[in-house]
Amino acid sequence: MSPSSAATVAPATGTESPRARLTSLLLRPSTVTFIILVVIVAVFATIAPVSFTSVSNTRAILTDASILLILSIAINFPMITAGIDLSTGSVLVFSGVMSVKVMQAFGGDGPGVAVLGGVVAVASGLGWGVLHGVLVAYGRIPAFIATLGTLGAALGLSYIITGGFDLQDVPSSVTSIGSQRLLGVPWLVVAAAIVAIVFGVLLQATRFGRHTYAIGASQEAARRASINVNVHLVKVYVIAGGLTGLAGFLSLARFATTTLAGHATDNLQAVTAVVLGGTSLFGGTGAIVGTVAGVFIPTVLQNGFVVTGVTPYWQQVAVGVVLIAAVYLDKIRRSRSV
Amino acid sequence: MTSSLAEPLLEARNVVKTFGHVQALRGADFAVGAGEVVALMGDNGAGKSTLIKILSGVQPPTSGEVLMDGEPVELRSPDAARALGIETVYQDLALADSLDAASNLFLGREHMRSGLLGRLGFLDKKTMRSEAARVFSELSVTVTPGGQTVRGMSGGQRQGVAVCRAVMWANRVVFMDEPTAALGVAQTRNVLDLIKRVRDRGIAVVLISHSVPDVLDVADRIEVLRLGRRVARLDARVTNTQEVVAAITGARQEEMR
Repeated sequence: MSPSSAATVAPATGTESPRARLTSLLLRPSTVTFIILVVIVAVFATIAPVSFTSVSNTRAILTDASILLILSIAINFPMITAGIDLSTGSVLVFSGVMSVKVMQAFGGDGPGVAVLGGVVAVASGLGWGVLHGVLVAYGRIPAFIATLGTLGAALGLSYIITGGFDLQDVPSSVTSIGSQRLLGVPWLVVAAAIVAIVFGVLLQATRFGRHTYAIGASQEAARRASINVNVHLVKVYVIAGGLTGLAGFLSLARFATTTLAGHATDNLQAVTAVVLGGTSLFGGTGAIVGTVAGVFIPTVLQNGFVVTGVTPYWQQVAVGVVLIAAVYLDKIRRSRSV
Repeated sequence: MTSSLAEPLLEARNVVKTFGHVQALRGADFAVGAGEVVALMGDNGAGKSTLIKILSGVQPPTSGEVLMDGEPVELRSPDAARALGIETVYQDLALADSLDAASNLFLGREHMRSGLLGRLGFLDKKTMRSEAARVFSELSVTVTPGGQTVRGMSGGQRQGVAVCRAVMWANRVVFMDEPTAALGVAQTRNVLDLIKRVRDRGIAVVLISHSVPDVLDVADRIEVLRLGRRVARLDARVTNTQEVVAAITGARQEEMR
């Protein structure tokens, strides 16, 4: 935009050399994150070749990552629109509580009850999502504040409904989802993989995804292109809420309890994963592929430290370092491209 | 002094616009014909932006008429204006920086895949890219349609993307608000040439500008607003800088109806 850039007017782009293209691909944040992930995996595989790479350990890593992956995909949507959802952990707990309460009221056990529980959990998440979307799009309340408010409210309501005690009697038809496998792959992992593929495609290949990026890049530009920005923002927060509700149901399936006190840092973990994966806090960028890598870095570190006998508290230190390094590399990349 | 204007394509007659006690337009007239570049000039506060907003459907006039092809039209919204083939290139360009050029060209008007995939919302990226490439080459704008985000482009390229987007969808009128304000010499040259190519497609181009040399270069006619009224219509081929500046500053009054 500056007058001094006059010299670089005409053909500057158009024909990028293969080398330049490779450089830009390698410097892409999601690629950087994937390389870091591969290095971490390689290091642990070298130190503990048998125990780290075993089928059961791989399965454990995938299972550990699956719920966080769904949460991270959920908040990736508002983050692409330059918003955020901080309420993730609380909405997850609330959805689980509602799900168990309704299943208990309905009574019995069996596939029908499990489906009912799933529907209730997702619907609870959707409800919070509608509230977020309306507050952000029509109430013009910053997403940070709106979801900080519901972070407290959803958890508070969960405690009120349960009286502060975790609900334990989750039907076995639900908990079996958390323990059983499809062709050797845990159902939790299957669910997370389906969510990643469906919502990754939604972002990359559809008009909905295109408009989501456009709103994040410039709400004004989107508005002038006749995109109904408010309606779209509500949809984005509804997706985030619904996926968080699904994660709440899968959390029930896995832990067989409502884990009231266990999700205080979920939103921080999810934001870390999403930012590691290359989504900008300023909106307009970010892909599910990167988020997947961003989720596995902390999970693999945690697992790897346990397997190799290092104090697992180092995981938090390592994730912090990786996060700052990834964002710093992204900053270098940006200052080069502009 | 007046130039020949056979059949105005888009016309404003005696348009008044008031904001509370402020009268932004006090009976302004304006006309542009197909295949001509009309520069709309005037000092700050003369009413240029207000007039453009009325003619592009952003604001309704308080009173007065807007005519298209001689028929009165009501432009209730920018979408209504677009439906009539009127597009605007805003000064801030209104581009989505993190998307590529083709995505910006089709933003809000995407091509969808045919059949079930299209109904599910899947984009036809291939067609959009090749369409974008065609528009860029027709208008000699050197921009990669896909793969590179608009953020990484030069000011002239970004302007090129914004102009091509407007031209692609406008079959009648394009408004351009200060298209060269932020550009260097060579880039300004490119954009002025681009404006001429747009005009040669038979589209009416309305250019808001403060730069008299640019206007004298590219415009066929100059209409000057002062204090909410048209005070001069000048033939750009025969007028000169002094005359234009005199009309803008009010050194010489000349109202023509």
